[in-house]
Amino acid sequence: MTRALFLLPLLLFAVVAGYFFTALRPSHDTRELPSALLDKPAPAFDLAGLGSDKRLTLDGLKGRPSVINFFASWCAPCRIEHPVLMRLAKQDKVAIYGISYKDKSEASTNFLTTLGDPYRQVGLDPDGRTGLNFGVYGVPETYVLDGNGVIRKRFVGPLSAEAVDRELLPLLKKLGAS
Amino acid sequence: MITEIGHFSLVLALFVALAQASVPLVGAARRNLGWMEVGRSCALMQFVLIGLAMLALMHAYMGSDFSVINVAANSHTDKPLLYKITGVWGNHEGSMLLWVFMLSLCSAAVALFSSNLPPALRARVLAVQGMIAIGFLLFILFTSNPFLRTFPPPPNGNGLNPVLQDPGLAFHPPFLYLGYVGFSVAFAFAVAALIDGRVDAAWARWVRPWTLASWCALTIGIAMGSWWAYYTLGWGGWWFWDPVENASLMPWLAGTALIHSSIVVEKRDTLKSWTILLAIMTFSLSLVGTFLVRSGVLTSVHSFASDPARGTFILLLLIAAIGGSLTLYAIRAPALKGGGLFAPISREGSLVLNNVLLSCGCATVFLGTLYPLFLDAMGGPKLSVGFPFFNRTFVPMMVPMIIALGVGPLLAWKRGDLIGALQRLWVAYIITGLVLLVAFYVTNGGPVLAVLGLGLAAWLAVAVLTELADRLKLFRIPFNDSVKRAVNLPRAAYGMSLAHFGLAVSVAGFSASAWDREAIEIVPIGGSVALAGYELRLDSVDRVPGSNFIADQATVRVTSGGAPVALMHPSRRFFTLQKQTTSETAIRTNLLSDLYVALGESDTAGNWTLRVYWKPLVPWIWIGCVIMAAGGMVSLSDRRWRVGVARKTRVAPGAVPVAGE
Amino acid sequence: MRALLAACLLLAMTVAAPAVEPREKLPDPAQEARARDISSGLRCLVCQNESIDDSGAELAHDIRVFVRERIAAGDNNRQVVDAVVSRYGSFVLLKPPVEPATYLLWFGPPVLVLIGLAGTFVWVSRRRATATAAEPAPLSAEEQRRLQGLLEDQDR
Repeated sequence: MTRALFLLPLLLFAVVAGYFFTALRPSHDTRELPSALLDKPAPAFDLAGLGSDKRLTLDGLKGRPSVINFFASWCAPCRIEHPVLMRLAKQDKVAIYGISYKDKSEASTNFLTTLGDPYRQVGLDPDGRTGLNFGVYGVPETYVLDGNGVIRKRFVGPLSAEAVDRELLPLLKKLGAS
Repeated sequence: MITEIGHFSLVLALFVALAQASVPLVGAARRNLGWMEVGRSCALMQFVLIGLAMLALMHAYMGSDFSVINVAANSHTDKPLLYKITGVWGNHEGSMLLWVFMLSLCSAAVALFSSNLPPALRARVLAVQGMIAIGFLLFILFTSNPFLRTFPPPPNGNGLNPVLQDPGLAFHPPFLYLGYVGFSVAFAFAVAALIDGRVDAAWARWVRPWTLASWCALTIGIAMGSWWAYYTLGWGGWWFWDPVENASLMPWLAGTALIHSSIVVEKRDTLKSWTILLAIMTFSLSLVGTFLVRSGVLTSVHSFASDPARGTFILLLLIAAIGGSLTLYAIRAPALKGGGLFAPISREGSLVLNNVLLSCGCATVFLGTLYPLFLDAMGGPKLSVGFPFFNRTFVPMMVPMIIALGVGPLLAWKRGDLIGALQRLWVAYIITGLVLLVAFYVTNGGPVLAVLGLGLAAWLAVAVLTELADRLKLFRIPFNDSVKRAVNLPRAAYGMSLAHFGLAVSVAGFSASAWDREAIEIVPIGGSVALAGYELRLDSVDRVPGSNFIADQATVRVTSGGAPVALMHPSRRFFTLQKQTTSETAIRTNLLSDLYVALGESDTAGNWTLRVYWKPLVPWIWIGCVIMAAGGMVSLSDRRWRVGVARKTRVAPGAVPVAGE
Repeated sequence: MRALLAACLLLAMTVAAPAVEPREKLPDPAQEARARDISSGLRCLVCQNESIDDSGAELAHDIRVFVRERIAAGDNNRQVVDAVVSRYGSFVLLKPPVEPATYLLWFGPPVLVLIGLAGTFVWVSRRRATATAAEPAPLSAEEQRRLQGLLEDQDR
């Protein structure tokens, strides 16, 4: 009995060390947060459109699955993710909508003309309020909505080609995107 | 060339460490004195070699040798010389080098100042130190080598993070590391004792000075870090329960418990296996802290080097060091038989209570720091554990400890007289009551917990003084005799009183933060802000060129009731290279409160944001820490610990005999 | 060094605009005080254990403004916190909620203290009990008197 007591510190340490190992696994990212809105209706928005008079609204997106990408011209990771979005747009499997987060409209236009425009439509969120409603805590962030406007998935940080192939496309297939 | 010498001496140090870790151990097992003594020369040699490596890196920094990757990544020709030197440990690789340097310093100190140790014990202690050195030298050489070259060298370096361009960087890391690494000596003593299978009063007496010295360094290191945060942050926060801070607090708590439990081992020959465990845990927590910060398992915004390879390496080190020592503990510790008996109410009893609460406090900090990580690894929800958690769990544990701390030193060994001790504290009741009443009245019943905190501080301070007066028999015997007793009182007793008094001072400082006042306003040049009876007028903001930055320096004229108090110069520095702005706050203290001014941004109309804070008793937080560390030093200077005299202490003829502490 | 060195990296982001800005403040001091109170309990998501009240991060600023808008619109404290949590999840709460997943966190420390105190008490008293059993019985009154006599003899 008493002897077992002397083993206790070692056992506790073994548990802690085990946790440390799992925490170190490469796929693990402590900074990535699940969205609080997962499987909940996306917050409504009604944003001025970029380069057109047509407003970007949540209701306008409903009817089929869609992807919403928060981006900004001042955000370096957005430039990294950009080719991935372009490729996704070319595949034409889903409508990608852009929300220009805390950015000047000219800067966003400039960004899209230089690098190419993957978005079906872009809304302006100059004060970041729509972003806040979505729970955005950094750009870029990408949300997948189903036809009813329910958030099914969030990607934090630059979308990788791998994440698109392994997670985004299968999810869209499941949601019935053409 | 010099860089290569540094690199080479580091490799050489690894081989010396291999010898240090093995030869003396074999010598101790075979009782071969010559082999045992190898440990000492190895330790000294290692100190020289790692010192050389340190100097070589410093040389590369001072000469801005950008062919060294580490220098190019963290330095710049325009950087002032002081920061070129301190910048050596302002990055991951350099700070790990500082870590092993401190380790070699401790080993060398053990080799030099341990002539009174039995050779076998000394040999084993040095061998364990050598093993730790092997681990960390391998870590540096394989994952974090600061001596790697690049070709062609970049024309200039990336510069140091502007926030680190501060005198705080010169002192905070070395002290903190000395504290962390110093506990390796206690760890080595514990492991050596387990191998030896013997722990006695002599062992405790040998370990104690090393523990005390590291504890002092860690106390100073943590206090400096907190003060650095306070003056650089721009709003005067001094503790955030941040994982990185907690990583330094945990070894401090465990080390504090260790200092106290080793007293029991020394005086009463009991609590042995617990003390050994604490010695192992204290250093283990230092290692865990290193792991947490270096591996990036915690949210990695913080740590400047998060690299999975490094994390895995440190984790393996951790498993070898902690797992190994705890296995040894599980095997050998049950054989350690405790000696002296004591009643629950006794000096030993109070020290045990201190240990229980400090250890639980340490465990709470550990739990709070790692819980989000654990939950996440288990696939649970993501959550944050912030100050409200620690305020509700850790603080309530420390409160009874501080209350008991007032009484504990008045209890006798073996069996104490609680009623008698409580009776002797009557002055403390009166003063605590008065402080409570006054604080309550002055603050209009302000936050009750803060008022109670001040009462707690008063209680502890007066209880400490009562205990000291009690020892000197002040007012009970002729004053001259009291003075004689004071002269003959062991330094360790003064050390204890000082350290406890320092804690009281800090507690007052912590509590009073509830009465902080602030004014955050936009003012034009010539405008003013009023706060806590002061009037602060923004006279001007001037652009001043600095060494590698441009500063906007404000002149704030402080008056109180029309009488001039001070001119304060908060500024904002813009670092052209890094394109970062830092805020240099201006603080005026009268030791009872701080007036804290930070300059914010300016708007297009030329108005400036001024943040003014009035922080009562805040300097006491760090003054208390300094007093605590001073207490540790005074205790350290007690003649009992001095080499050779340990067993010869005798009361000089004619002196008034003094009861042991 | 970590303690601060590291905290410093965080500062690098914060110092540019530390904490609450004058423009954010609500005109009503009572409401502003509530806003400060609420903000100090909400974590700045991109920082390390720093509340939005203390952080200079852009996101912290946005949430501070959001909190103040909700207060100005008449929400009570709970509603404001819930509004933030519904967007960012309970991760933003510096004080983790008490729920089955956090029972160990919240009840672990007090239980540990109880176990520690009870354990030591048992240990101390058991050791005393076994020791007194092993010790020779205390002197009887008669023996005591004889001992006293012997000692006095010796003194003489």
